[in-house]
Amino acid sequence: MLSETIAVAMSGGVDSSAVAGLLHRQGAQIVGLTMQLWNQRRLPELAVEGGGAGRCCSLDDVYDARYVAQQLGIPYYVVNFEQRFEDQVVKPFIGEYLAGRTPIPCTLCNNFIKFEQFLEMAEGVGAAKIATGHYARIDFNDQSGRYEMRRSVDTAKDQTYFLFGLKQDQMARTLFPLGGYLKPQVRELARELGIPVADKPDSQEICFVPNGDYAGFIDAYFREQGVASEQTRGEIVNTDGEVLGEHEGVHHFTVGQRRGLGIAAGEPLYVIATKPAEHLVVVGRNRDLLRARLTAQDVNWISVDAIRVPMRAEVKIRNKHLAASAMLSPTSDPNRIDVHFDEPQRAVTPGQGAVFYSGELVLGGGWIE
Amino acid sequence: MQRSYFDHNATTPVSASVLKALVPALAEVYGNASSIHHHGQVAKQQLETARRQVACLIGCEAREIVFTSGGTEANNLAIFGAVLGRPAGKRHVVTTAIEHPAVLRVCDQLETTCVPVGSNGIVDPEDVSRAIRPNSALITVMHANNEVGTLQPIEEIAQVAQEAGVLFHVDGMQAAGKIPVNVKALGVDLYSLSGHKLYGPKGIGALYVKKRTHLQPYLFGGRHERELRPGTENVPGAVGLGQAAVDFCADEMGRLVLLRDRLESGILRNVPGTGVNGDTARRLPNTSNIYFDGFEGEAMVISLDLKGFAVSSGSACSSGAVEPSHVLMALGLSKDRAKSSIRFSLGASNTQEQVDDLIDAVAESAAHLRKLSPTYAHA
Repeated sequence: MLSETIAVAMSGGVDSSAVAGLLHRQGAQIVGLTMQLWNQRRLPELAVEGGGAGRCCSLDDVYDARYVAQQLGIPYYVVNFEQRFEDQVVKPFIGEYLAGRTPIPCTLCNNFIKFEQFLEMAEGVGAAKIATGHYARIDFNDQSGRYEMRRSVDTAKDQTYFLFGLKQDQMARTLFPLGGYLKPQVRELARELGIPVADKPDSQEICFVPNGDYAGFIDAYFREQGVASEQTRGEIVNTDGEVLGEHEGVHHFTVGQRRGLGIAAGEPLYVIATKPAEHLVVVGRNRDLLRARLTAQDVNWISVDAIRVPMRAEVKIRNKHLAASAMLSPTSDPNRIDVHFDEPQRAVTPGQGAVFYSGELVLGGGWIE
Repeated sequence: MQRSYFDHNATTPVSASVLKALVPALAEVYGNASSIHHHGQVAKQQLETARRQVACLIGCEAREIVFTSGGTEANNLAIFGAVLGRPAGKRHVVTTAIEHPAVLRVCDQLETTCVPVGSNGIVDPEDVSRAIRPNSALITVMHANNEVGTLQPIEEIAQVAQEAGVLFHVDGMQAAGKIPVNVKALGVDLYSLSGHKLYGPKGIGALYVKKRTHLQPYLFGGRHERELRPGTENVPGAVGLGQAAVDFCADEMGRLVLLRDRLESGILRNVPGTGVNGDTARRLPNTSNIYFDGFEGEAMVISLDLKGFAVSSGSACSSGAVEPSHVLMALGLSKDRAKSSIRFSLGASNTQEQVDDLIDAVAESAAHLRKLSPTYAHA
């Protein structure tokens, strides 16, 4: 009986609530689980007006998820993944910034928490599959024998950029019931199902960082741990090495950033690179941000097997980026792929993902070196 | 689905006799116990009957019982009341590392020394003695631990307290109604108990305050409960607690010991990589706390609940997620082992058949979870 059970990751938001409602209506045996990932009472200095309601893992969200589960009459539990989230998402997130890269914690969370620990927990409590509210589609291709991933029908909500790390065995046990819906349809569905959170606003930005102030978060985290923030205060230089000003630490900057430099110049200046070892922030003109090549590391292939010969694809280098045509070339290291764009792309940012598409099909992706 | 409840240390269902006493107390006895008229007098009578019943349960005089809104409030009144009743320079508290948050978080508000416990989950009275300072006002130690069930050497600590001239409060939430308690024989000054731990209603508790013990109230209002606890008396709650106190039956202990030991030995025999946390002799008759190497207790609790068995693991945080138990950490368990531990607490509703079914369910869930565990060495 329990082998048919599906564990739904319920955040208390409209999407995952709709997933629970949808599967319940289809007659599936489901159990709702909310992942407690981060204690919002930690780092009280970052407290925002309203006590952080609506951010991930707030008591209000748990209350909403529990209420939805109760309305549906399904078993529901909160599971504590705080330790693993801190070790495998928060600490690497901080480490990446300090190393001068711009991390994507959502992808780490997908790789190590949602599609690893959550899958394990689901299986442990007797659920053969998990379902989440991600906007993406998974299908099995009989010919290739692989699980394929496609962008969601709602292109604006598509979350495949964050899912490039999914392995075949994870996809085999994962359902994305919302991949074929438009967001307004999901809200309508939630209303139809009598889900009380149908009008709740979408969550924004990085769930554990209030107001998007990641630098403030990093400083507060170090203070909590009782260690001095790594001092990477230093100089702002141009591409010729001329000193233009000073900065408070390289982790305050990301490639392509324009605001917050505090330098008056004739033309707009942008961060081109950060060099943590030398405490340098390099700035330049918009055209200095253009790059035609990048190398992606730790590449994971999804809809196709690893490539041995060059292959054309469209490549997305950040979530809001419009996928650009490029040639993918294997390197001597099977985990690294060279990407050569047809047209140079603005702000290729180390630490972000490079995700390879062929139309709506997600081929795979890796991390920008 | 058949459901069986093995979480009696968290709370107990209201017994049939308590329910029978509660209904007329709620329906008919609506007077304010402080009123002069007939309705008030009836309420007052019932309140005082309940007070005698509770006093009888723990071997004190009725006038030494103060009703509160529950165990947490009784602990707060005992600790704050005793400490604030002392001169400003004499407000140090001695407690132990395995107390309930309803004691520890109160002590956090005060200057406190927290005494460690041994790996058996029992505090050494000598350690308590050594922690006493010239400015100590109070020692507060639980009678029985809620998670591992270990019984603390209350008489010995009472002697230590008496010799040092320090007040002694005992948190008796898990002991009252589970084992015989006599506060006079124990030699304590203050003893807290809670209705819902002994088949009484929630929202009622009591504090034994030994005659001539000076407490300073920390809630202010009317002159109820000897001016120690203001607020219109919860007469139905007290009636329910009184009935629960009358119902305590020492014979039940023997039945629960047999069931508990059957459960414990059944699990230890059928599931490798398990062991009992805390002293197995000096503990409550109904409690067994077992570690399961190789997986987290949280998954086991959920798995068992889906099969209809209610057990617990660690302590619930505000969201309802499980945090590693401070008690098990204080016993010296590793964080992994603390997280892998499950508390089984038996009670009136449990039968041998339920115990046998639970053993099977635990063995099945453990085997399944271990199969998934990357860390567990498969024999």
